Amino acid sequence: MNSGQPLLSIQGLSVSLPASADRRHAVDGVSLDLWRNEILCVVGESGSGKSVMSRAVLGLFPSRHVQPSAGRIVFEGEDLLQATPERLRDLRGNRIAMIFQEPMTALNPVLRIGAQIDEVLEIHRSGDGAARRARVLDLLAAVNLPDPQQILSAYPHQLSGGQRQRAMIAMALALEPDILIADEPTTALDVTTQAQILLLIRELQRKKGMGVIFVTHDFGVVAEIADRIAVMQHGRLVEQGSADQVLNQPQAAYTRSLLAAVPSLTPGPKRDFSGQPVVLSVNALSKSYRSGGGLFGGRFGKPGRSVDALAAVSFSVRRGETVGIVGESGSGKSTAARCIARLINADSGQIMVEGTDIAALSSRALRPVRRRMQMVFQDPFGSLNPRRTVGQLIAEGPIVHGVNQATAHARALDLLELVGLERRAAARFPHEFSGGQRQRIGLARALALEPAILVADEPVSALDVSVQDQVLKLLADIRNRLGLTVLFITHDLRVASQVCDSIVVMHKGRVVESGPVADVYARPAHAYTQALLAAVPGRHWSHDNDARSAAAPAPALP
Amino acid sequence: MATALKGGILRFLRHRPAVAGLALLLAVLLAAALAGVIYPGDPFAIVGKPFQPPFSEHLLGTDTLGRDLAAGLLHGARTTLLVGVVATLIASVVGITIGGLAGYFGGRLDSLLMRFTELFQTIPFFLFAILLVAVLGASIRSVIFAIAVVSWPPMARLVRGEFMAMRNREFVQACVSLGMGHTRIIVVHILPNTLSSIIVTGSLMVATAILIESGLSFLGLSDANTMSWGFIIGSGRTVLRTAWWICAVPGLAILLTVMAINLVGDGLNDALNPRLRSL
Repeated sequence: MNSGQPLLSIQGLSVSLPASADRRHAVDGVSLDLWRNEILCVVGESGSGKSVMSRAVLGLFPSRHVQPSAGRIVFEGEDLLQATPERLRDLRGNRIAMIFQEPMTALNPVLRIGAQIDEVLEIHRSGDGAARRARVLDLLAAVNLPDPQQILSAYPHQLSGGQRQRAMIAMALALEPDILIADEPTTALDVTTQAQILLLIRELQRKKGMGVIFVTHDFGVVAEIADRIAVMQHGRLVEQGSADQVLNQPQAAYTRSLLAAVPSLTPGPKRDFSGQPVVLSVNALSKSYRSGGGLFGGRFGKPGRSVDALAAVSFSVRRGETVGIVGESGSGKSTAARCIARLINADSGQIMVEGTDIAALSSRALRPVRRRMQMVFQDPFGSLNPRRTVGQLIAEGPIVHGVNQATAHARALDLLELVGLERRAAARFPHEFSGGQRQRIGLARALALEPAILVADEPVSALDVSVQDQVLKLLADIRNRLGLTVLFITHDLRVASQVCDSIVVMHKGRVVESGPVADVYARPAHAYTQALLAAVPGRHWSHDNDARSAAAPAPALP
Repeated sequence: MATALKGGILRFLRHRPAVAGLALLLAVLLAAALAGVIYPGDPFAIVGKPFQPPFSEHLLGTDTLGRDLAAGLLHGARTTLLVGVVATLIASVVGITIGGLAGYFGGRLDSLLMRFTELFQTIPFFLFAILLVAVLGASIRSVIFAIAVVSWPPMARLVRGEFMAMRNREFVQACVSLGMGHTRIIVVHILPNTLSSIIVTGSLMVATAILIESGLSFLGLSDANTMSWGFIIGSGRTVLRTAWWICAVPGLAILLTVMAINLVGDGLNDALNPRLRSL
């Protein structure tokens, strides 16, 4: 395969950043070759320059202050960095195509799918309307969309996330490009949809013999799809090689640390809670959302639609135990967490917290219960008030519950230390911290009230894998030290296997299966659980990897 | 907070039109403050022959009854600014309260408060102001009241939108789960985050209030014993062709003041709007 000319050759590429940035180059002297008929995965954490580098191939730069400062990108003997805008337009879509992360925003919401794909054909190739229409239908069928006729005249919002990404791929493939650049194309998708899209990209790549540059942060995905791997850190290429080589004998220390941070699918040692009392139990919790009602809804026109976000959900958590609620988007897992934390009100059902049913308590009666149960949120940027200092944020909870100011602030400093931050951090504002540090602050805020139960709603899903690993370890450490009971909501089965003692699998608002994590993973009983587990990217590689690390001295896990 | 404030001031000062507007506004404030020093006594006093053009006997000439236009202009600045600022403050308090409650609590209260707001928005605001002053009697108080009554709805709508967006932010939900009461969440957590939009809208409301006040006094619907720019224009409108300066001088003053306030508002918008800010 690696003979003759590479399809695309990036030679010593540097992309400079504006003077105000914290480093000089987004991409710093990267050289890479892409060969025909291969998938090259570019892996790195946020800020590694992987996206900037891959977009540079198409001459797409995020702003006029971010421009190439050195190097060449050679495609068929031509340096793309020197190409005129007209020449680049001609190449884009035609010879080199791109698919983006967010299929909702990458498609124009006011144009029909058919028209958007047709537009690509119209720009680059003359051909009459009927011929183009036939080609669009072929393309939609090629990406395995059901009923291409109907999709043709659908608007983006009428399709699911996976269907939209398929439509994006159809658009990218419309002119049979030689190179496909895929920038995190499955990151916004659910795990089962992701598995299908990865399979589709693989199939189409093999069929057309394309060279694919696949940008991702997820080593599971890499293990699933890569022929070759390039690892980037701080704009530099730290390692490249065949998939087997990089995944199984990584040379660079950074690659090794990234791989070690990928949570294993094999659950940790079993802990026994059968003797402990149940501190949180949910019985027949139900919640439905009505849409399209409005002022005259139900009386005129079509009646509002009702969706069961939660349908008679029941489970219980014993003291000290960590129970994971896993499921895909729309499964109701977050709604369940929010109902239990009483951020939204359930329609019916019981929420027993230490023997009290809180489902129907008034907000005043609820206040003392809130001390016992605290929440950690998903978004490290949205969950902290930007106008308050970290110290104020942490101390505020105890203050509203009657602790005096001085004590609360002193305790806030201790908590900062507990979550691995410096005491000085108390005087600073949230925007001065990274995502992982903010999640630590959010955790400190939740712990300030000395709760017995912690509800964590996807607390690590917005973090890079190495940061995620640190936060998970911290969470497990604090849980063990303080004897916390944790309800852990996640979509990531790898994370769940590392953190949870038992899991509750949810699908379309219903609990389809629950039990100790090791049992459910080893012998999934429900078809949906089986499908979820089968869709976890890179599971074969991680099984091999687990076996290997079990033989070798294992990396310390809490 | 201190650094954020300093950054905001720096951004404002880099905005040249805004600085020009601020300078102009300060000049108007200075004129209003010094009116009693430069032109002591009654601005309604007759000081000479009527219809004197500017730069003759008096700096800006005299009006139809021989009153000094420059004295009227400076004393009028007091009225104009007073009405603009006080009416805006009242309208802002009303608008923030109604919009904040509607946006925060949502549901039935929101529907109720918004229908109430729409009731005010369906009536043409200037006609409504005329009606209010006509009913309440022509005094400074009723003019301020009328302007406040017609100008709070846009503020209420803005604040409602901001509150609704904030209500679903995770940091507000975190406050709820910490057990904070509604008052604390609204005052300590949400309001400071909406302040920049409120300041920007408020500054532009001052400009509108000045225009309404001028319009009302032009129509004679203002305190007959208080000098104002609109009053001077109103008194000079019949002689526009022969003594144009009587209308032109206060007209220019209104134009410049409103423009200055708008420029300052735009500058504040750029300086305070977090969406344009690079963190």
